Amino acid sequence: MSAVADVIAARKSAGSGALVGYLPVGYPNLATSIEAAVALVENGVDVLELGVPYSDPVMDGPVIQRATQEALAAGFRLRHGFEAVAAITARVSAPVLLMTYWNPVVQYGVDRFADDLAAAGGAGLITPDLVPDEAHAWLAASDRTDRDRVFLAAPSSTDARLEQAVRASRGFVYAVSTMGITGARSDVDTAARTLVSRLRMAGATSTCVGLGISTADQVREVLEYADGAIVGSALVAALADGGIPAVAQAAAALSAGLRR
Amino acid sequence: MLRDESGPYFGEYGGRFVPESLISALDELDAAYTAAKADPVFQAELTHLHATYTGRPSIITEAPRFAEHAGGARIILKREDLNHTGSHKINNVLGQALVAKRLGKTRLIAETGAGQHGVATATAAALFGMECVVYMGEVDTERQSLNVARMRLLGATVIPVTTGSRTLKDAINDALRDWVANVGSTHYLLGTVAGPHPFPVMVRDFHKIIGEEARQQVLDLTGALPDAVTACVGGGSNAMGIFHAFLDDPTVKLYGYEAAGAGHLTDKHAATITRGRPGVLHGARSYLLQDEDGQTIESHSISAGLDYPGVGPEHAWLHDMGRASYLPITDAEAMDALRLLSLTEGIIPAIESAHALAGTMKLGRELGSTATILVNLSGRGDKDMETAGKYFDILDTAALEREVESPVDPSSLGVKE
Repeated sequence: MSAVADVIAARKSAGSGALVGYLPVGYPNLATSIEAAVALVENGVDVLELGVPYSDPVMDGPVIQRATQEALAAGFRLRHGFEAVAAITARVSAPVLLMTYWNPVVQYGVDRFADDLAAAGGAGLITPDLVPDEAHAWLAASDRTDRDRVFLAAPSSTDARLEQAVRASRGFVYAVSTMGITGARSDVDTAARTLVSRLRMAGATSTCVGLGISTADQVREVLEYADGAIVGSALVAALADGGIPAVAQAAAALSAGLRR
Repeated sequence: MLRDESGPYFGEYGGRFVPESLISALDELDAAYTAAKADPVFQAELTHLHATYTGRPSIITEAPRFAEHAGGARIILKREDLNHTGSHKINNVLGQALVAKRLGKTRLIAETGAGQHGVATATAAALFGMECVVYMGEVDTERQSLNVARMRLLGATVIPVTTGSRTLKDAINDALRDWVANVGSTHYLLGTVAGPHPFPVMVRDFHKIIGEEARQQVLDLTGALPDAVTACVGGGSNAMGIFHAFLDDPTVKLYGYEAAGAGHLTDKHAATITRGRPGVLHGARSYLLQDEDGQTIESHSISAGLDYPGVGPEHAWLHDMGRASYLPITDAEAMDALRLLSLTEGIIPAIESAHALAGTMKLGRELGSTATILVNLSGRGDKDMETAGKYFDILDTAALEREVESPVDPSSLGVKE
């Protein structure tokens, strides 16, 4: 079973849905990124998505690009990702997913990556540039180590591809709210609502919506139809502007009204 | 037949490592390209454009005075530098722009390194009445400012890319981000044989005319196939273009010359196959320059067009099977070859193409005077005059300084306000 899916289902049956919070590992440095992630959970984030900084992040908008570039410049190494997961899971019970572009996993070794992730207590991977068609090695390694694997679904995906994403995913399916990259948007596309309903028809039981969600109102709106809402750039911007107090406050504001 | 390989994989290379949001666009493009390839109307339209606009077939030129410095081998240049816009890039651009038109796209976006692909794309956009946005690393907009001006004159918007290493790889990242967001109206006119399927195959197919023409031209001239075919390799489009027709001619050796910058054993080079290892970048599995963690390493070359830490998957495949050899050429070797061709033949090559010439000089000395070598002269050097002027210290800097200190009064030149 999937701890991530369990948490999402529990939040859903408690009347709201899950808040998934993204922050990059190593930004502004490893220790602060761990504290910031813990602060997210302490302020209402249900599932953590920790970004692995990468040199060529094609799915990321300017806020996350700046942060991950800074993390790399400050000396981020892949092993810091596992160290962060271990440190965070030792302190809070929320499940932790790593969000990583594919080449770092390939170079580390897909099996070795899965093993070290499991040893650190990581729940699984979100893979923005790996579609199930190319994922044979990861499907096998994640089955073997019982890790979650979150694939993306887009408004432009065909029904057949949505079914494939649902079948291949474990934990949740990442519904891309709009055609674009990460970053706050004033209104989350109505395409998201349609996509989530198409995913349900394709058999999805756990669907989280991401890209462009930055306010508590948007989180509540998304949770009317989806099982979880993913917030990234708004949290990263808060961390950049005001450090841990600011990111804690931002998480509290996003989760306000979700708890009953 | 090696020539029949048409993706999505070349051995273990190629594929599609992209966000799900792009898959439908790649499927749409693949279907449209497959249909176009089989459509005589499309082929006739492209052939007509090449005959009346590109200037095809491009000629071949023997280079006997240059050949004296290449072991006396017979050196034949395929003159892609004479194409409209100054390089081979136009072959692919016109083909893809026609496909984009069939798809009903109204906006072309492109990445560019040296600016040649950007200029070619801006040209096609002007010709077909389409909007054009070109992403270009900030470093490259500075060293290729002439091409920036050309693109703007052609009506394109040039966006300097300030992320990462601010060169070609970052321009590709930004073009991919733009495409994800605007895929309905926009065709991403990728300029090399890299990227996700169908780009490596499609771009190669639009350039294979280079080798098909040259193969026949060399046969007509010499009565035999060449002993070797050479080209520079960045992403590898001009090399695949000239290699392809010869892939199944076992007597013809194929050589790709990579940019070795300050030397392939230093940390300032772009010798991807020589020094890299397999991984995933920009949507495909191929060789790339990367650190232990799989972070892309910034490449270095005096030539903006070869300054790329990846290479097309078909080259990776040809390398692994030993069908083609990939060797490093330093900045200094390339610049010497650039000057030599200029002095001996009156042809100023692009710095990119000068890497092929430098490799050919070494190869000619190895193969000896009985050998015939076909070189892809992929582009002309006009765009490189500032770099070459500084490198050889032949700019009249004193005159330039005088002008900065006291600008020439236009009225003294008889120019009216």
